[in-house]
Amino acid sequence: MQEPEIRALVADLLAGIAPEADLATVGDDEDLREALDLDSMDFLNFVIALAQRSGRQIPEADTARLATLRGLVGYLGG
Amino acid sequence: MVAFAMPALGADMETGKLVEWRVRPGDRVRPGQIVAVVETHKGAIDVECFLDGVIDDLAPLGTTLPVGAPMAQVRRAGEAAAAAPAAPRPAPAAAPAAAPAPPVPAAAPAPAPVAAGLQAAFGVAPSRARVSPAARRRAAELGLAPDALPATGVDGAVTLADVELAAARPPAPASPAPAPAPRGGFDPALMRQAIAAAMTRSKREIPHYYLSASVDFAAAQAWLDDWNAAHEPAERLLPAVLLLKASARALAEVPQLNGWWDKDGFRAGPGIHPGWAIALRGGGLVAPAIHDADRLSLPALMAAMRDLVQRARTGGLRSSELTDPTVTVTSLGERGAESVLGVIYPPQVAIIGYGRVAVRPWVVAGAVVARPLVTLTLAADHRASDGHLGGQLLAAIERALQAPSSL
Repeated sequence: MQEPEIRALVADLLAGIAPEADLATVGDDEDLREALDLDSMDFLNFVIALAQRSGRQIPEADTARLATLRGLVGYLGG
Repeated sequence: MVAFAMPALGADMETGKLVEWRVRPGDRVRPGQIVAVVETHKGAIDVECFLDGVIDDLAPLGTTLPVGAPMAQVRRAGEAAAAAPAAPRPAPAAAPAAAPAPPVPAAAPAPAPVAAGLQAAFGVAPSRARVSPAARRRAAELGLAPDALPATGVDGAVTLADVELAAARPPAPASPAPAPAPRGGFDPALMRQAIAAAMTRSKREIPHYYLSASVDFAAAQAWLDDWNAAHEPAERLLPAVLLLKASARALAEVPQLNGWWDKDGFRAGPGIHPGWAIALRGGGLVAPAIHDADRLSLPALMAAMRDLVQRARTGGLRSSELTDPTVTVTSLGERGAESVLGVIYPPQVAIIGYGRVAVRPWVVAGAVVARPLVTLTLAADHRASDGHLGGQLLAAIERALQAPSSL
């Protein structure tokens, strides 16, 4: 996946989880859970949707890398 | 015929607005079937009917009804057919002596509503607009909401003539039935007021006592890590599932904390139906029941929690989920505070709380080690129990969390 595609996917998924959140205000290294007030259930739903939409296997050990935009771009783009 | 009444969807509800019927007059209904949608401060709630029979005399859409007011009538299986629908209902004295006993609204023991509750929250009178019985009947036949019609009767009451006039009015829309309101969430301001009413009642009436314990979460965390490493994201579990299951198991051992306090004293719950506290985005809180949580497997419990959170946030909770909680369990989550001293949701008698799981110093076999710990708390009603019993519940939860594979 290319970076613009990844960012669009993340924005789309997060809009479903935190509809009022504005991803444009979140820095690339900010923890999305803090910035968007996502709880554990929200974040798990985000990971589930990422796995489904990207077709990637996402081991539990990798999920910590998915908490920032930079981490997401690196992980899904790699 | 027995009345299908507006349910009390929690201690903080006084009225509900009927926004959708899922059945038509004359339809057969079965226990547990969703028959209507009612708008409350908790959003749109799917209302189940626990009667078995033929439903009729549906109240018009748009009506705001007090808790306990009939929304429809159900002729139960085996009951003789009533007179023609348009005929006035027979007087009670004329009813056959064999009329069945009034139904216990199965699984829905309506708690007493909070006196100063939702009336203010809704900004409406708790009762319906004045509408004459004949007008109401005719309006129902025509699919009109009589409360919304221009009234010419004494004291502003809507009369039969008003209904006929409205029905005859040419510019009336082609379909006289008002469109169902869009399914939606809740109004945060109204929910805040409703929470305020319930919590004020709790603090005024319930003599709370509080207990807390630090619980070693290492065994549970290790079990969880193993499980999650071996499963797809959609099958992974959160610590909250173990906490809820351990709570439910412990309540089965200490049932005196699972139930309601009403005018006759403590009434034990018919099952372990913990209300799971869910924070709503935009503010607000709802704690719908997960039925028989002590008997669900961990994956089933996780699925139930995900489904409940989803429906709490988008609308679509079911009435039984709001009437049935026998206790409340709240977990602050991974970014939450260290501990929570809960306020009991009346008429329940206890609330179990969990703070964030955090790594802290802990003594194991005489040595200080780093250990994931969770602060477990209980707020309970002193009218129903003492701290000794509460301590037994905390001990039972702690034991359950030390043996996660048996949860």
